[in-house]
Amino acid sequence: MKRWIPLILFLVLVGFFAKGLFLNPREVPSPFIGKAAPDFTLPVVGDPNTTFSPAEMKGKVWVMNVWAPWCVSCRQEHGLLMALAQSQTAPIVGLNWKDKDREAEMLLAREGNPYFAVPEDLSGKVGIDWGVTGTPETYVIDQAGIVRMKHVGPISPEIWKEKFEPKLKELGV
Amino acid sequence: MIPELGHFALIVALLLAITQAVLPLIGAQRGNLTLMSVARPAAQGQFVFTVIAFICLAYSFLVNDFTVENVASNSFSQLPELYRFTATWGSHEGSLLLWVVILAFWTTAVSVFSRHLPDDMVARVLGVMGLISIGFLVFLLTTSNPFDRLLPAPMDGRDMNPLLQDWGMIIHPPMLYMGYVGFAVAFAFAIAALLSGRLDAAWARWSRPWTTVAWAFLTLGIALGSWWAYRELGWGGWWFWDPTENASFMPWIAGTALIHSLAVTEKRGAFKAWTVLLALTAFSLSLLGTFLVRSGVLSSVHAFATDPARGAFILAFLVLVIGGSLVLYAWRAPKMLSGGGFTWFSREALLLGNNVVLLAALGAVLLGTLYPLLIDALGMGKISVGPPYFNAVFVPLMAPALFLMGIGPLARWKEASLPDMVSRLKWALAISVATGLLLPLTLDGFKPWAVFGFAMSMWIFLTVLVGFRERLKNGARLSTLTRSFWGMQLAHLGMAVGVAGITVVANYEVERDVRMDIGDHTELAGYTFTFRGTTEHVGPNYRAARGTVEVSKNGKKLYVLHPEKRIYNASGMPMTEASVRPVLFDDIYVALGEPLDEEAKTWAVRVFHKPFINWLWIGSLLMVVGGFLAASDRRYRIAVKAAAPTAAAAQGA
Repeated sequence: MKRWIPLILFLVLVGFFAKGLFLNPREVPSPFIGKAAPDFTLPVVGDPNTTFSPAEMKGKVWVMNVWAPWCVSCRQEHGLLMALAQSQTAPIVGLNWKDKDREAEMLLAREGNPYFAVPEDLSGKVGIDWGVTGTPETYVIDQAGIVRMKHVGPISPEIWKEKFEPKLKELGV
Repeated sequence: MIPELGHFALIVALLLAITQAVLPLIGAQRGNLTLMSVARPAAQGQFVFTVIAFICLAYSFLVNDFTVENVASNSFSQLPELYRFTATWGSHEGSLLLWVVILAFWTTAVSVFSRHLPDDMVARVLGVMGLISIGFLVFLLTTSNPFDRLLPAPMDGRDMNPLLQDWGMIIHPPMLYMGYVGFAVAFAFAIAALLSGRLDAAWARWSRPWTTVAWAFLTLGIALGSWWAYRELGWGGWWFWDPTENASFMPWIAGTALIHSLAVTEKRGAFKAWTVLLALTAFSLSLLGTFLVRSGVLSSVHAFATDPARGAFILAFLVLVIGGSLVLYAWRAPKMLSGGGFTWFSREALLLGNNVVLLAALGAVLLGTLYPLLIDALGMGKISVGPPYFNAVFVPLMAPALFLMGIGPLARWKEASLPDMVSRLKWALAISVATGLLLPLTLDGFKPWAVFGFAMSMWIFLTVLVGFRERLKNGARLSTLTRSFWGMQLAHLGMAVGVAGITVVANYEVERDVRMDIGDHTELAGYTFTFRGTTEHVGPNYRAARGTVEVSKNGKKLYVLHPEKRIYNASGMPMTEASVRPVLFDDIYVALGEPLDEEAKTWAVRVFHKPFINWLWIGSLLMVVGGFLAASDRRYRIAVKAAAPTAAAAQGA
């Protein structure tokens, strides 16, 4: 019996690893889920005289995507966001996070703009209020301004289908 | 064209690896010499083709071929040439290719330096290594092809991660992989011994030098990684107990235990099953590290881009390799009869004690590393395990290991006498305790861990001296001492030096975060730091604010340091480039934080005084040198000459 112990220990570990492959260690549950979305008022990219504030979205279900022009994995989901913008599910607000070189406007002009509005969080302070740990991160906010879910990392079509669509449907979109 | 050549070379290498694995293993089982003799040429051919693939990838990086996705993602036209070359192994795909090349290198080395081994042993060892090569080559070709094209090609690349643009990173991965992959040789020897059922002392002797060399490379790789983190991450730490670091440290602990256990198996024929299990464990932990770092199951500061498909592949591979080897072990275990009895106080017993302690430490690190995953998988929430856990558990576990390290080499095999040992070591013990108690009094504050660290460091140092003195008293001269004796003592001495360094830097380092205007100064550990402002500096692929900080002591100007805050052009990533002035007894370390005003005249500046930190790297280097010396001992070479005629005779018969 003794000689089988190493194998048994190893197989137990494998069980955990197999489970671990389907978990995301970076996905930290947000303490804002079920709470009111933190408020802010920020200038909008491309039109510094206009501002955007979550209060304007009251009564609508909307999505907030935290991104940045320097963020490589944000490019991966850009195509999907364009398609979503065309299918007119829920408006997507793109919080432009810590864009020190001010490249967002040029990039959106070149690659297409999927966003309803692009508030510019130059200092990253709004990101801190929202508990942003990195880009990209995506939030779903309901009609009453309550954060209903958060996704860390780029969104693939599968993730959108499995995670976002049911949530949006539940909220009546 | 060149990338396709590389891709094609990898496919040829895979075919050769299949040949290298299948034919010799069948041949060894059936006693067919023709099939067995395929092993060497197939292994060497596989090496040639993996090198061709590697050169093709390196070429694509050097000529900025952005039609190759890997180059576009990890290089940049402004990147200096040297870093364009090292970017070859800067990505997941490229580093995996490096892994495959190094595995083929080790295999070829075994095929060349194994003339004295029986044919079936060589065939089995090379066959097992071929099986491992197959796994990695298939992984590379199916999920991580470094030669994938990206069309239409982007105008320019996304640049190498700025953190990796440092010369510590140029040699760290190759050295680390030499260590990781080197344990594959010990693994293959153990599997070959299990397959043949001949678990005598001979296989221990054969795998000893290979294991020691792999261990020395791994030591060097880990030390370089730590040195890189210290200089490059900008906050002065040298070990973070990050999952990626632990992934390299666990095979090191297992390898250290294996080296000591192999010594007993070779000399006394004892611990056979234990040694085999350690050989399997050391390489299994190397593979496990690959899985943890590349599958995304753990979150770590320097993990590769992760992909569940890759994770699933490696996990399946782990199950085959580790699971298969453990089944083989369990099946053959009853055949492993330990020879050579010993009493509770003997060199065998002390080495066994040392092994048990090392494995307990290994278990503690493994548990701490995997704990977040275990808790998450059980649905009990998200946690992270940090340095407090590891320091609290690991450091006390090291205490008995360090103590035994002093006695082990001086104890007799089979049966040693405790009163005799006490009389030989009473002075060493007294001086060590006195050093531990008195030395902290001369330093800044009396700390319990410092007492313990100094005492242990002195203890190892003195027992090494006693070891030399006793040899010399018995008529040996320094020039006649064997290289394996020198190697062991140097490595132990390295441990003493390293422990001293860790003790001082962990207990007596000081740091200060200050807001500095031009002309401001601050005091730390007797040094005065004066900030002279920053200037614009343009590097090849970055822009930087370069600070000037003058360091003086007692009014005498000593050094001028230039810490930088860089912004890399392609990624826009900010980087803190600390400026370090290394001296034998202390490091002065200055890092620029953030500018605190619009004109960037006032900065947050962080200054450190790191006493004795260099002793840590010096100690590691001594261990590395010790490892190479021990592996080059004459008796391994004599064995070659003595065994050659008999092998030839056996073939003739």
